[in-house]
Amino acid sequence: MRTDRPSVDELLEAVEEFLRDHAMPALPGHLSFHARVAANVVGITRREIAQSDQIEADQLQRLVGILKHEGSLKDLNRELSEKIRSGDIKWDDPVLMDHNQKFAIEELGVDNPRYSAFKKAMEEGA
Amino acid sequence: MADGDFETNLASAIKKYIAPDATMENLVRLTAGASQETWSFDAVTGDSSQGLILRRPPRGVPESPERAEKQQAEVRVLKIAYDNGVLCPEILFEAHPEDDLGVGFVMDRIEGETMGPRINRDDQYAEMRKNLAYQCGVAAATIHAIPIEKVSFLETISPQQNLDKLWETYQKNFEEPSPVFEAAFSFLKDRIPTNGRTTFVHGDFRHGNLMYGTDGLRSVLDWEIVHIGDPMEDLSWICVNSWRFGGIDLPVGGFGQREDLFAGYEAESGIKVDPSQVRYWEVYGSLRWGVTCRGMAFTHLDGHDRSVERAAIGRRSSECEADLMILLGEAV
Repeated sequence: MRTDRPSVDELLEAVEEFLRDHAMPALPGHLSFHARVAANVVGITRREIAQSDQIEADQLQRLVGILKHEGSLKDLNRELSEKIRSGDIKWDDPVLMDHNQKFAIEELGVDNPRYSAFKKAMEEGA
Repeated sequence: MADGDFETNLASAIKKYIAPDATMENLVRLTAGASQETWSFDAVTGDSSQGLILRRPPRGVPESPERAEKQQAEVRVLKIAYDNGVLCPEILFEAHPEDDLGVGFVMDRIEGETMGPRINRDDQYAEMRKNLAYQCGVAAATIHAIPIEKVSFLETISPQQNLDKLWETYQKNFEEPSPVFEAAFSFLKDRIPTNGRTTFVHGDFRHGNLMYGTDGLRSVLDWEIVHIGDPMEDLSWICVNSWRFGGIDLPVGGFGQREDLFAGYEAESGIKVDPSQVRYWEVYGSLRWGVTCRGMAFTHLDGHDRSVERAAIGRRSSECEADLMILLGEAV
């Protein structure tokens, strides 16, 4: 891993700025829209790189707490989903509700923190 | 078929079906979509001018026999809806093989706004917004009043079948399961409406497919996924947070209250709305959009239609996860 600058995030930031500030205004309607979407996609990528270690650690810790054994994030998520499907864990089980509420906000915080449900959750959580 | 021929053929068709002395002016293509061509033009006779729209598959050639059949059904449905007093465009003619326009139809062009954010925020719509949820309720009731025997050629999809179909799509499109979507499926499975009505259903009754003017709702568009089923599907689809464009506290499209939507529906239909059934369909709606978004990303991922927009939409499913947690939280 390089420690020198520009960092990965700084490179992606440059791409995001180019798309938003230069490509978008210069392109005709349809392409301009796609440039905006592309800038948003770079934003998702930057947030995922920045946040995924913490999010995965938090999710893993909660899943171990619910399922009472260790495992990989992927395996434990599948096991939890199986248990919801079979009815072993009810959709309104407070422990599951807590995990799912946090899970949804973690994912949305990466994918689209400008979405109304994210803003609302932040206001209520604050 | 060259574009030059297309113009000439369309101009001839207008003389044939609209008026012998009508001329065609201001022909512009509105969408460059891969699935449908939409053309706008005016038929001018003397000093009067009529705004028209032509819809047809790309170059008039349907992708498949199924697509051709779907378009035929759409045309039939639109005519029936118009005759039943639904706010929708009037179909003026369908192209015949000798017109050399391919498979297409021409309808009335209704002017108005379909962009949700503008409807929800622009000052010019402030006055009409007050009554809009009520009007949408009335419009939905008019749609559901279309006698099902007139549209018996459409597929009937029961609430159970609807949920089964969604589950199938979810299984196909999600390599890793979402615990939120699993919880939503589990919630729905125990609450499938069994005593609801069975009516004609629009299937995509929401911002983007509703056209408004400063005087209110003008037209219901996009009759592509109509079917026979539970009418409450339509009343809740317009409430899904994905189409509220930031107006999260105004459940009807980000501009109105459910009570007003239901009041309009009840006034027109004489049928009382059961909010718990609408709740079921609202959870279903958010789940449907979340699962659909992921599926749309696969048109990019499998190389069918490479596009950054398709790729990005796959990540919108987490918006629906957050919406579902609000809905499930309220249902506990």
